[in-house]
Amino acid sequence: MNIEKVLFGFFVLLALTLNFGFVMGDIDDPDHHHVYELFAALVVSLVATVLKFGDRSHIGAVLLATSLVADLHLLAAAAVWGTANHITGTGSDPGTVASVVSLAGGALLANLASVVLLVIETANLRR
Amino acid sequence: MEDVIYLFLRRMRAPLIVLIAAYSVSVGGLVLIPGVDDQGNRWYMDFFHAFYFVSFMGSTIGFGEIPYPFTAAQRLWVAICIFFTVLAWLYAIGRIFALVQDPAFRQAMREARFILAVRAIRTPFHIVCGYGETGSLLVRAMARRGFQCVVIDREQDHLNALALESLGSDVPAFCGDVGDTQTLLEAGLRKSLCQTVVAVTDSDDANVKVAITAKLLHPSVKVICRSGSQSASDNLASFNTDHIINAYDAFGEHLAMAMRTPSVHLLHAWLISLPGKKLRPPVTPPYGKWIICGHGRFGRAVRQYLEQEGNQTIVIEQRPEWAPSDAVIGPATEAGPLLQAGVRDAVGIVVGIDSDTNTLSSVMTARALNPRLYTVARQQRRANTALFQAAKIDLVMEPSRIIVWRMLPLITTPMLTRFLRLLRTGDERRAQMILERVRTVCRGMTPQTWSVDIGIDATPAVQALLDSGQPVSVGDLLRERLDRDERLPALALMHTRGAENVLMPDPERSLQAGDRLLFCGRDGTRHDMEWVLYNRKALEYVVTGIDIPDGAVWRWLRRRRAATAATGHP
Repeated sequence: MNIEKVLFGFFVLLALTLNFGFVMGDIDDPDHHHVYELFAALVVSLVATVLKFGDRSHIGAVLLATSLVADLHLLAAAAVWGTANHITGTGSDPGTVASVVSLAGGALLANLASVVLLVIETANLRR
Repeated sequence: MEDVIYLFLRRMRAPLIVLIAAYSVSVGGLVLIPGVDDQGNRWYMDFFHAFYFVSFMGSTIGFGEIPYPFTAAQRLWVAICIFFTVLAWLYAIGRIFALVQDPAFRQAMREARFILAVRAIRTPFHIVCGYGETGSLLVRAMARRGFQCVVIDREQDHLNALALESLGSDVPAFCGDVGDTQTLLEAGLRKSLCQTVVAVTDSDDANVKVAITAKLLHPSVKVICRSGSQSASDNLASFNTDHIINAYDAFGEHLAMAMRTPSVHLLHAWLISLPGKKLRPPVTPPYGKWIICGHGRFGRAVRQYLEQEGNQTIVIEQRPEWAPSDAVIGPATEAGPLLQAGVRDAVGIVVGIDSDTNTLSSVMTARALNPRLYTVARQQRRANTALFQAAKIDLVMEPSRIIVWRMLPLITTPMLTRFLRLLRTGDERRAQMILERVRTVCRGMTPQTWSVDIGIDATPAVQALLDSGQPVSVGDLLRERLDRDERLPALALMHTRGAENVLMPDPERSLQAGDRLLFCGRDGTRHDMEWVLYNRKALEYVVTGIDIPDGAVWRWLRRRRAATAATGHP
């Protein structure tokens, strides 16, 4: 068992599950989407990205790319949330929540791709 | 460049994760700990403000407690977070500095910069492998003449010396193993602009490796290689290395040349040296009995050439296993062996023993015994130049200088090499005649030597005039562009058409496309000549004596006047 692989798999999978947990629920209902969960998903996604740095293999490069996509989506979602609540002052109205959740949904797809790639890489490992 | 990015990302993993962890834990804590707002209500900080607060807290800027003064619980958490985030930053920044100092990272950076510099070269360039005494002399001489070089050397110290030298142009240099194919490729070996590969490291093996790599990967490139032994020379010749230069052979050859045909030797020296310096006086080694001290590579080569010229030689050598059968065995620095070799009735002495100090000592001893001796000595270290000058030695042989002397015309003006070869096969009288003309034209200064290819690229004006049916002769190119009866201070040394080479061509000799000319002249004349090579108006004037008017109106007026003159009435 390689502790590095465990941590890597853990963070990649955790990024997906947290993201999924946030997206679950009605798309425009603020009660179904808690901001703490978005925060956790963003932090874990960033950590997963950094863990993928500096891998020169082809699959490593694609993993890094999917992670960067997820980060971009989640950062955009956080920015929309912050803008609505503190700058324009519109608060958590259904429109804002819908756009935040749909952005996070995009990140969900990217994280899903990450996990699929990870599974493929693991399956290809013959030992 | 990719290596650098990967290395950077890989090394920055841990610090970045520590930073993300520190920030997220701090932000998370601030969001979860309840505070009290200005009305005394229970209040939770939102993520936006928490992130803002942690950002300025972590970087120790500290704008204060916002948006409301903190409670004791919040302050306790912030006190912990300050240490946490500041340490994380220190760790990350420390890692960045450590990385920048890291030898592997610096080497990767240097490599990346070198590749970029080579990629940016847009002119023909020459790769020089080895920047020791020979390499540095060669690169300096080439840079002064405006040739672009790329340097590879194994020693960073040598390259530091290159960085300190003011060469006028930017010379990309890289510290790496010249035997490594990758290094040569990074130096631009495969690029079509790469003209020459010069191998002048002090190891024969490395030179051979460079030569074979260059020949295999870029067959049309010219490979010039230094060789220190006969076996290396044979090896290099076996795979068609273009030019192999053995310093000792070259020196022996020059010494013999100076004896038999002093004018050829002198002309050689003049044409190769930097333009605009004082002309060297001729060297005149005498015929007779020569003493050769030291029978190593140098002594052997010199002895062979001296005997070829009909001189009598006697060797003094300390190591019996190196000495020929008739040699005097003993140290050449002492009077005994010198007297035994017959120093009193010898005409000259050639000294090349283990160190410069011993060489000088031997020369001084011999001269004390026979003050009329012609002295030839080998100098090994360039730093000892002052000593050798002070010793007033007639002919100093410095291997690195000889090699550069030989290589330079091969790279800068290949036509000059051919000219000198033809000159060597010719007789002394012709060389003396050329020598006198060069001396008069250049007024006692060393000449500038350049070649001109007649064609649309190098001489558009000549080509245009030839195409219009007007013949142009060699002498026309040597006319002054402001007054065609005056001559430029230059000489046409050789005219090449196909395989035919004509030395000192007649001024009336007409030119055609594809011809090549070799000129030498006073420093700066090349620039003056470019007028007639590039400017059709200037060329037509020097060829025909007619100054073409500049504008359409004036041309029309002239045509009209010519027509009037022809018919006789307006």
